[in-house]
Amino acid sequence: MCLGVPGKVLAIDGLNATVDFFGVKKELRLDIVDEPVKVGDYVLNHVGFAIRRIPPEEVKETLALFDQILEITGAKEDLMAADVRGEIAAGKDKP
Amino acid sequence: MARDLFAELKFRDPARARALAEAIRRNVAAIGRPVSVMHVCGSHEQAIARFGLRAVLPEGLQLIMGPGCPVCVTDGPEVDEAVALAAQGVRVCTYGDMLRLPGTARSLADAKADGGKVEVVYSVSQAVELAEKHPGDEVVFLGSGFETTAVATAAIALAPAPRNFSILSVHKYVPAAMEVVASIETTNIEGYIAAGHAAIITGFGIFEPFAARTGCPVVVAGFEPLDILAAIAKLTELMRDERPEVFNAYPRCVSREGNLPAQQTLWKVFRPVTGKWRGIAEVKDGNLDLRPEWAAIDARRRFAIDTAAVRDADAEEEAKGCICGSIMLGLAVPTDCPLYQRTCVPDSPVGACMVSSEGQCRIWHTYGGTPDLRRVGT
Amino acid sequence: MEKPARRIGLKHGSGGRAMRQLIEDTFLQLATPVDGIGLAALDDGAALRVGDRWLVVTTDSHVVQPIFFPGGDIGRLSISGTVNDLAMMGATEPVALTCAVILEDGFPRDDLEQIVRSMADTAREAGAPIVTGDTKVMGKGEVDGIVLNTTGVAFADRVVTDAGLRAGDRLIVTGTVGDHGMAIMSRRHDLRLEGDLRSDVAPVNGLVREALRAGGEDVVAMKDPTRGGVAGVLHEMAAKGKVGIVIDEGAVPVRDEVRAAAEMVGIDPLLVANEGKAVIAVRAASAEKVLAALRAHPLGGAAAIFATAIADRPGTVILDTGFGKRMLAEPEGELLPRIC
Repeated sequence: MCLGVPGKVLAIDGLNATVDFFGVKKELRLDIVDEPVKVGDYVLNHVGFAIRRIPPEEVKETLALFDQILEITGAKEDLMAADVRGEIAAGKDKP
Repeated sequence: MARDLFAELKFRDPARARALAEAIRRNVAAIGRPVSVMHVCGSHEQAIARFGLRAVLPEGLQLIMGPGCPVCVTDGPEVDEAVALAAQGVRVCTYGDMLRLPGTARSLADAKADGGKVEVVYSVSQAVELAEKHPGDEVVFLGSGFETTAVATAAIALAPAPRNFSILSVHKYVPAAMEVVASIETTNIEGYIAAGHAAIITGFGIFEPFAARTGCPVVVAGFEPLDILAAIAKLTELMRDERPEVFNAYPRCVSREGNLPAQQTLWKVFRPVTGKWRGIAEVKDGNLDLRPEWAAIDARRRFAIDTAAVRDADAEEEAKGCICGSIMLGLAVPTDCPLYQRTCVPDSPVGACMVSSEGQCRIWHTYGGTPDLRRVGT
Repeated sequence: MEKPARRIGLKHGSGGRAMRQLIEDTFLQLATPVDGIGLAALDDGAALRVGDRWLVVTTDSHVVQPIFFPGGDIGRLSISGTVNDLAMMGATEPVALTCAVILEDGFPRDDLEQIVRSMADTAREAGAPIVTGDTKVMGKGEVDGIVLNTTGVAFADRVVTDAGLRAGDRLIVTGTVGDHGMAIMSRRHDLRLEGDLRSDVAPVNGLVREALRAGGEDVVAMKDPTRGGVAGVLHEMAAKGKVGIVIDEGAVPVRDEVRAAAEMVGIDPLLVANEGKAVIAVRAASAEKVLAALRAHPLGGAAAIFATAIADRPGTVILDTGFGKRMLAEPEGELLPRIC
C-alpha cells in the first residue's frame, strides 16, 4: 500500500541486487520477492526490499485491461473523440 | 529511450484517463443516485491528491479516504513508547513519516531536539547497520506501516540480527481497516478500493469472503493515475450491476494467492492482535505484534519502557473527544469535532485526519474547506 | 489561530510557513522606516535610495550539511546565494561581498582551503569582489563544522521586488527544478542513491541581466527558489501580489534522475531547494522575448514558462497536473523521505 517504485535489475550478488530506477541506482534486498529474479527483470521496490517481480508482458496486459474496462462501459469509442476534444480544449486554455 | 519506458511503465496517458473518467461518469449516472466508495490506503490518497483525480470524478460519486494511513492511525501511547526509549538513551531508528507524529505529548522529533539519539532510516536494514556501527548502544527499530512494510521487518528478524538490535512494532494490518469500516451500522460505503501493495503480499483472495459477507464489491488498485481511474471505473460498474465480487485491476503486481514466501516470513514473525487505532476505537486484529518466540528481539520485552514521564494524561483525556472515526467514514465533517482547530491543529494533531497531509481535517484547516477546483481557469 | 511555539525548532529555518511566521512575529519589530525597501518588505534584500540609484544590500548565513556535495560546496553556495539575492532585486553587478566565517575547533585545514578556493572561483565567475571578512573559532561541539555568512552590496537603477505579480503575468523558471535539494537529500539521509544527482549551485546574475535587458520594466517580480523551493516562492509572490497562480506541471523542467529520486522518496521537486535558478515574473507581452534571452545564455538552456497568475483565489497556488487540478500547499518544515 505504500510507496512502491518499479526498477530494472542491473546486477545480483547473493541476496542483494543493484536496481536502476530510470537513471538512479539503488541496492535492494531480495529476501522476500515472490519469484527468482535475474538481471534484466523489473522489480517493485518497497523500503529497500524487492516485493514483486513484474513480468514484462504485464505492461501490455495492463493496458489491455484498461481498454477492456472502457469497452464494457461503451466509453472506448469515446477515446478517439475524447482525444480530439482534449486537443481542442488544450488549445483553448493557452492565452 | 529511458523517458519513454518511464512513461509506459507509469501509466499516465491523459487521453486514456479522460476516457476512464467518462466511463465512471456513465456508471454513476446508470446507478442513478449519489454513491460513496472508500479506499483504505494512504498512498492511494497521496496519488489521488497529487494528480488531482477527484476533480475528474462525477459529482454523484464520493471517494472517501478511510483509515488507510498506517502512520496516522498509530496511537499516541504507541509513539510514547518510542519517545520513552529515546529518553532512556536508546538509539531509536524510524522511517521519516513517523518522526513528527506526536505521542500524547511529544514526538520523536521533539525527543531528538532534546538530545535523544533518533535516526531517520529509509530501510530497516539501515537500522541493523547502525546497530553494527554502534555496538555500545541499544538500537531499536520502530516498525511502522502496514503488512507491506512489516514483511521487511520480519525478514530482518529472521536474518540473524546483532545482539544490540531490537524491534518496537507498531505495524498495522490492512484487511482489519476494511472490516472495521464495514462493521459500522451507519456506514454508507457501497464499494471498496483495496490497497494494491498490501495485496501484493496477501493476495486478493482474502477479500472474497469480505465481499460476499458485506455485499460490497472490492477492486484491487495500483498507484498510477490510470490504475486508480480504471479501478474506480470497474468498481462503479460492479456496483451498477449489483455484483459483490472481487476484481484485480493490478494484475502486474497482484495475484490471488499473493507472495507466498513473503506471507510465510510475515506470519512466522508477527501475529495480529486487537489494538486501538488513533481516533478510532478498538480494531480487531488491527495490530501486528511480534510472536512470543521472538521475545529476544522484541523491544517491549527487552526494556522496561517507562512512558509515565513522557505521557500527558490530560491530552489523552481530551483526545477522547476526537471524531476521526466518523470523519473517515464520511459521516461527519471536521467542523463537527470539538477539538478541530482548537486543540487539534497541524503542529499538534490529535487524530489521524489532521496528522496526514491528505487527511480531511488537515485539508479543511489549510484551505478552509475542500477546494473545488473544477472550474478554475488559466 | 495557532499559538507561537515556545521553542525554536528546525522547521523555523526551513524556508516555509513556520519560518515566515517566526520572522513576522519576532524579527519584524526590528524594522524601522527607510527610504526604500526595508526589513518590513521581507524581500530577498533591502534597497535604499542613494541619489537617483538604489543601494541593494543582502546577507545570508550558510550551514549546509554535508559541506562538500556533488556539484559544489559551502563556499560556492555562500557566494552564489548572496550574488543571487542581489540579482533577484535587480542588482546584477555586485560591488562588494563580505565573508565572515565561524569554524569549529578541529576543522580540517585542507577542507577550509578547498572551500576558500571555491569562494574565489565563484566570486570571479560572478564578477563580485570579496572585500572584507571576519574569522572566529568555537569549541568542539559548539558549532557544526563551519558557518559562513556573506553580505553583498550592489547598485541598481531599478529595483525588482517579489511583490509585483498581477493577473495575466507569466512565470518563467530559468532551468531544471529540484537538483540541489535532491543531491543534498540523497547524501544526507543515507538513501544510497547512485546517479547523476548534482547541485545546480551557481551565480545567476549574468542570466538575470539578460532577462532584464530583454524584458525591461515588464519584468515585474523575481525570486530565487532556495529553501522552500519553487512552491515557496510562488506562495510568496501570490500572497504579496494578491493573485492566484496556476502551474502547468507538464511545463516544469525536471531532470530524469531528479524526478526518479524524488519519486522514490515521495517528495515533490517543486518543494525542493534550488541554488542556481530564478523564478521570473513577466508581463505576458514580453514573456517569449525574455524566455528567448534566457535560453540563449549558457545557464538558461532549460528555461521554461511554467505558470500564470490569475485573478481568482488570491494567495493560492494551484497545480494543473494534466489529469486534474489540485492545491499546492505551502512548504512546511524540513523535507523528509516518505515510505507511506
